[in-house]
Amino acid sequence: MSSAAKRALVAPVVDDNPVTLQVLGICSALAVTTALLPSLYMCLALTVVAALANTAVSAIRHVLPGSIRIIVQMTIIASLVIVVDESLKAFAFETSRELSVFVGLIITNCIVLGRTESFASKNPVGLSFLDGIGNGLGYSVILILVASTRELLGAGTLLGYTILPQVAEGGWYNPNGMMLLPPSAFFVIGLIIWAVRTWKAEQVEKPEFRIHEVHRTEAL
Amino acid sequence: MGNYAELFIKAVFVENLALSFFLGMCTFLAVSKRIQTAFGLGAAVIVVQLITVPTNTFLYHYVLEEGALAWAGLPDVDLSFLGLVTYIGVIAAMVQILEMVLDRYFPPLFHTLGIYLPLITVNCAILGGTLFSVQRDYTMPESIVYGVGSGFGWALALVGLAGIREKLKYSDVPEGLQGLGITFIIVGLMSLGFMAFAGIQL
Repeated sequence: MSSAAKRALVAPVVDDNPVTLQVLGICSALAVTTALLPSLYMCLALTVVAALANTAVSAIRHVLPGSIRIIVQMTIIASLVIVVDESLKAFAFETSRELSVFVGLIITNCIVLGRTESFASKNPVGLSFLDGIGNGLGYSVILILVASTRELLGAGTLLGYTILPQVAEGGWYNPNGMMLLPPSAFFVIGLIIWAVRTWKAEQVEKPEFRIHEVHRTEAL
Repeated sequence: MGNYAELFIKAVFVENLALSFFLGMCTFLAVSKRIQTAFGLGAAVIVVQLITVPTNTFLYHYVLEEGALAWAGLPDVDLSFLGLVTYIGVIAAMVQILEMVLDRYFPPLFHTLGIYLPLITVNCAILGGTLFSVQRDYTMPESIVYGVGSGFGWALALVGLAGIREKLKYSDVPEGLQGLGITFIIVGLMSLGFMAFAGIQL
């Protein structure tokens, strides 16, 4: 594999992660993560849509006039999402009920539009496909981390199997109910961002103000 | 009347699009650095929600739904699979028309809202509002109330966050948490606060 291809595939996973660094696609990363199973379906759906949309947009990049490119990209993405949505309804009906409107919202998921706009419209087909897969993976890593934390701490289970037996069922684990409620998703992602930025210090944002400690002699 | 008031309160506080459904997060985080810009975007979202949610609900009930084309003599047609493409098309078109109308008749308003309008097409709060309205089978008047309410709730959350972030500039945040990290934690706390509204009955 050439180095450019490898970069397109691997960089979005940690170094240029769509969720923690590019701040894209956060809505669904928060909303579907109360349990691991729907999150896995969501990751799969998003990766498929991102890869195919990137491929399609890249294939027509030379014939597409700049003035109408957004609307064309939106139409391509919307059509792909309809295909994914209908297949989910056909093969995983229960999960598609749980994900409710969030599959449809992949259309406005900024990862997909952001990558078609900033990458696929300037790069060859093969590379764009890999970039779509890579960004899908980066998104999936965060989603799976958040979902497993929330399901494990909130219900003591993973994918529905009991890991930490709950007190109510004769076990020892007292579940943290807040983990199943919306606010915890924000906390977990905030903490993940903190962890990633402690590990990769170059991702830290510059503060707008530096609080300057005034020495006693300066104040006088 | 009470029915509509309840729907409105519910859309603003209990089912806040930003804080309990996480919709429109990208713009929510990106445009919440200053109160004034937050006001501009918030107003634009309310206006666009007011127009697009009822329009899309209308289209669903009279064109797309199974059997909806009975008025045209086609009772067996089910176009509901075209929903997503239709809604996003309507939203993009409405935003474009609104931009032109504002530019022509209300230039001062255009200059304040103008830059936010293109952002709104890809704001999932707008598409989310439509999808919820269709999924919950709201009638036309209900969808108007829901559109305004959900837009207002989103704007309220946005302005609130901008207020906090303006003050936050002067606080000493640990290095890795600077910027995005601390913003997430604040939004989490706000969301916790909004959960206190759950169970409000009118």
